[in-house]
Amino acid sequence: MQWETVIGLEIHAQLATKSKIFSGASTAYGAEPNTQACAVDLGLPGVLPVLNGEAVRMAVKFGLAIGAEIAPRSVFARKNYFYPDLPKGYQISQYELPVVGRGHVDIDLEDGSTKEIGVTRAHLEEDAGKSLHEDFHGMTGIDLNRAGTPLLEIVSEPDMRSAAEAVAYARKIHALVRYLEICDGNMQEGSFRCDANVSVRPRGQEAFGTRAELKNLNSFRFLERAINLEVERQIDIIESGGEVVQETRLYDADRNETRSMRTKEEANDYRYFPDPDLLPLEIGHAFIGEVMKELPELPDAKRLRFEKDYALNHRDALALTASRELADYYEAAVTASGDEPRLTANWVTGELAAALNRDALDISASPVCADMLGGLIKRIADQTISGKIAKQVFEAMWRGEGDADAIIEAKGLKQITDSGAIEKIVEEIVAANPAQVEQYRSGKEKIFGFFVGQVMKATKGKANPQQVNELLKKRLSS
Amino acid sequence: MHTKNISELAAGLRAGEYSSVELTRHFLERIRRLDGGLNSFISVCEDAALAMARAADERLQRGGAGPLTGIPIAHKDIFCTQGLKTSCGSRMLDNFIAPYDATVVERLKRAGAVTLGKTNMDEFAMGSSNETSFYGPVRNPWDGDAVPGGSSGGSAAAVAARLTPAATGTDTGGSIRQPAALCGVTGLKPTYGRVSRYGMIAFASSLDQGGPMTASAADAALVLQAMAGFDERDSTSAEQPVPDYGAELEHDLAGLRIGLPREYFGEGLDAAVAESVEEAVGEYRRLGAEVVDISLPNTHLAVPAYYVVAPAECSSNLARFDGVRYGHRCEDPKNLEDLYKRSRAGGFGDEVKRRILIGTYALSAGYYDAYYLKAQRIRHLISDDFKHAFDRVDVIMGPTTPGTAFRIGERTDDPVSMYLSDIYTIAANLAGLPGISIPVAPVDGKPVGLQIIGNYFAEARLLNVAHKYQQVTDWHTKAPEGYL
Amino acid sequence: MSLDRADVEKIAHLARLEVEPDDMAAIAAELSNILELVEQMNAVDTEGVAPMAHPLHMVQRLRADEVTETNRREAFQAIAPQTEAGLYLVPKVIE
Repeated sequence: MQWETVIGLEIHAQLATKSKIFSGASTAYGAEPNTQACAVDLGLPGVLPVLNGEAVRMAVKFGLAIGAEIAPRSVFARKNYFYPDLPKGYQISQYELPVVGRGHVDIDLEDGSTKEIGVTRAHLEEDAGKSLHEDFHGMTGIDLNRAGTPLLEIVSEPDMRSAAEAVAYARKIHALVRYLEICDGNMQEGSFRCDANVSVRPRGQEAFGTRAELKNLNSFRFLERAINLEVERQIDIIESGGEVVQETRLYDADRNETRSMRTKEEANDYRYFPDPDLLPLEIGHAFIGEVMKELPELPDAKRLRFEKDYALNHRDALALTASRELADYYEAAVTASGDEPRLTANWVTGELAAALNRDALDISASPVCADMLGGLIKRIADQTISGKIAKQVFEAMWRGEGDADAIIEAKGLKQITDSGAIEKIVEEIVAANPAQVEQYRSGKEKIFGFFVGQVMKATKGKANPQQVNELLKKRLSS
Repeated sequence: MHTKNISELAAGLRAGEYSSVELTRHFLERIRRLDGGLNSFISVCEDAALAMARAADERLQRGGAGPLTGIPIAHKDIFCTQGLKTSCGSRMLDNFIAPYDATVVERLKRAGAVTLGKTNMDEFAMGSSNETSFYGPVRNPWDGDAVPGGSSGGSAAAVAARLTPAATGTDTGGSIRQPAALCGVTGLKPTYGRVSRYGMIAFASSLDQGGPMTASAADAALVLQAMAGFDERDSTSAEQPVPDYGAELEHDLAGLRIGLPREYFGEGLDAAVAESVEEAVGEYRRLGAEVVDISLPNTHLAVPAYYVVAPAECSSNLARFDGVRYGHRCEDPKNLEDLYKRSRAGGFGDEVKRRILIGTYALSAGYYDAYYLKAQRIRHLISDDFKHAFDRVDVIMGPTTPGTAFRIGERTDDPVSMYLSDIYTIAANLAGLPGISIPVAPVDGKPVGLQIIGNYFAEARLLNVAHKYQQVTDWHTKAPEGYL
Repeated sequence: MSLDRADVEKIAHLARLEVEPDDMAAIAAELSNILELVEQMNAVDTEGVAPMAHPLHMVQRLRADEVTETNRREAFQAIAPQTEAGLYLVPKVIE
């Protein structure tokens, strides 16, 4: 049997507001337990929620970025259930009328094609607190600092057909919220969380199979692994005559397995109803217009512009626009290079990316800033140094030895472009290797590389390779 | 001193006839002496009261005093009072010392009013007789065997017995107006959104509204003036300017159009109460008002719709009382579920549990449309009834309650009959309209209330209409025997 | 609608209220009586009538994104049943 995987993602993005969605408590991460939980966050008697306008603005920004309809009127509802990290006994969320309606994003697939993934909706809600299970005399400790942090829950259509597609989609949304500066995207701290609804069905079948919801996927790698594990598990079950149960499964990264979570409530009956403490949220054209003006250039538009303005291929343009920071870095480097977009693209996606990866650094923490890299590229372009020497200079810059010009100067790496000087060396090499000259002249042209190597060796790599080629050819054929 | 109205008391304070400390001591002494039989207070905060009175006296000396500076007041125990127990009439919050003031409390403090203590109430404001309080029933000062009404029964009884010049109350389905009627005091439920709900422990958020309970409309105007106004901490608070209620009291009533809804005078209304109310309406005619018959055709649906909307909201509002962060926690919970279930079962009384269960049911899967949505649609019909009526009339008048105060215990076994005692008051809550109850001629020595319902934000008009009646009658000055 | 014992058990569990088995029948009867009152609503046709969740036609006001609250943990935890190291304690939550 051929199986098809069907995946939908629910992404919770913590919005980067200063204060909580319904209270004036700080949202800063990592404070002492319960020091950022105010009366409203704690659900003390008599306190009331008031909506943070910035959270609304951020949600609208996201909606506009995915081409979604912004609901002119949306409603906050209460989702009722008991849990110790949920102080009021209900979560304020949006149910029937979310602020962001249907939209879509395009994801780029391995084979270079793109695929449209539908976003069903995105709605505002409040985050819950945290349960700490380490032992307090056999009890659980509750920290409500996170309670009330604004979340944008982004729900996709079940449009993805592989773990790779799911990851591409999650990365796309991740890039988007960071481009929009509405979420810091930190998956370790839980600012960007993915839950995956996964099911399988025989290829060709229309109806969806029974799905499992995977939780605790706090990196893209775990998302991919967990989905693959789950797909295997479901296929195994079905092929051995069993039936998949609809349930929530927790991914355990240490054991690389998913396991069933005990159901929170036997029959989940959340008794949603409009929160009477909050009024309908109305968003007018003026507000949307204002937010529209604040929208930055988005990844897809940027990629197209890069392809066009910088004559980059699709692959490079895609890589360079993966994050707003990287794209900004690239453009600054192009400027500093004296307008060498292709060469700069090669360096950013090549040498720089490798070095960042090797040292596990983010682009924002790169020891070689965009100006420095541009400065280096400028020297390659004006033939002060060769590409090969440039790698040495780059390493030196990475080690903090100064900018390109200083390093070239200090190490005497300037390229030899004086024809006379190169001719002299060529003459010496030809004179010292008569046997090889004989071979070359008798038709063994492969040996040409040997002469180039000898000249470069003699000049410590500083001779301009093109000139070396030309002069050698001229000398050997005469 | 306790027979004077607030303006007179304020004048006395300014004239130096007595200090706020003396005034406060006078009422504290009355509470000590007289409240034993009434049980209208859950807690009395003598030290805090005297400290506030001293501060008020300084302010009176220094200048900058307002009309309420130095005037004692009692708060329904549903309003959070920083540093004072705020029980909401429940065992659940018997140990709850509020860490903040409700906006209403804060505003009255700022006005210089002196908090005497916290008044008894039906548990979480759920009741119409004050019998559901964890702290025991309140007795009606006019008849010790009768209930004071509820849920603001303690406030009503305390004002009636002149244990305080004024008290705050809250009204979700009649909880200010019904006890005001049964205790012979003036009670005003403002327009929804007029008074901040911040720090007022929620029963049904879309219906709850705080308001003043006083001996007279003129006093109510003074207290409402301090309570009312926009509060940025309450999303449902109205950004409407607050008029000068005192300045509006004296408008002439000539030409006032009064509507009498025929549904408020039909079956179920005690004949003597009807007569008393009609007599009061006659007084208005003499004041120059024009009386017309109107119809509020969906009145009979108000109680049914209310007993869906209010319990639904309450079932969710009261979920926060879970024994985790404050309030009652059961002994030795075996596990989390046990902690929840026993803390809540032990902390809440029967009526509260009943409403939580009904509300949970009405919101649960499969019943939401039939109950909750249906009730919200009916709410719309009821609201439209009033809208049409106010196209024709300025105010609506009728009895506040179908009868006078009933006997303690009489209806405790029959929740539905208890619910029907709010039959005339509930519709105003569903629509969000303001209503006031003022004492008119009693029946067999027991008070009767005239309810006046106004259009949105027409509190000034209601107070004016009530005040003009009180100028030509003296029912509001009567106090029960033994409390004069 | 008349509620039976199983209905009461289900909603009591949803509401996290312990109900003594001996009280089940009485509660079921009381709740059924209330529902009977409530079902008088069914007498009127509400087809086409919009549900009204709020008495006033106001819209949600938006708050400025400012941190206005300070740490009051000590005051808030002074009224808590059980805390340790700044955390509220509850019986072990099993996940």
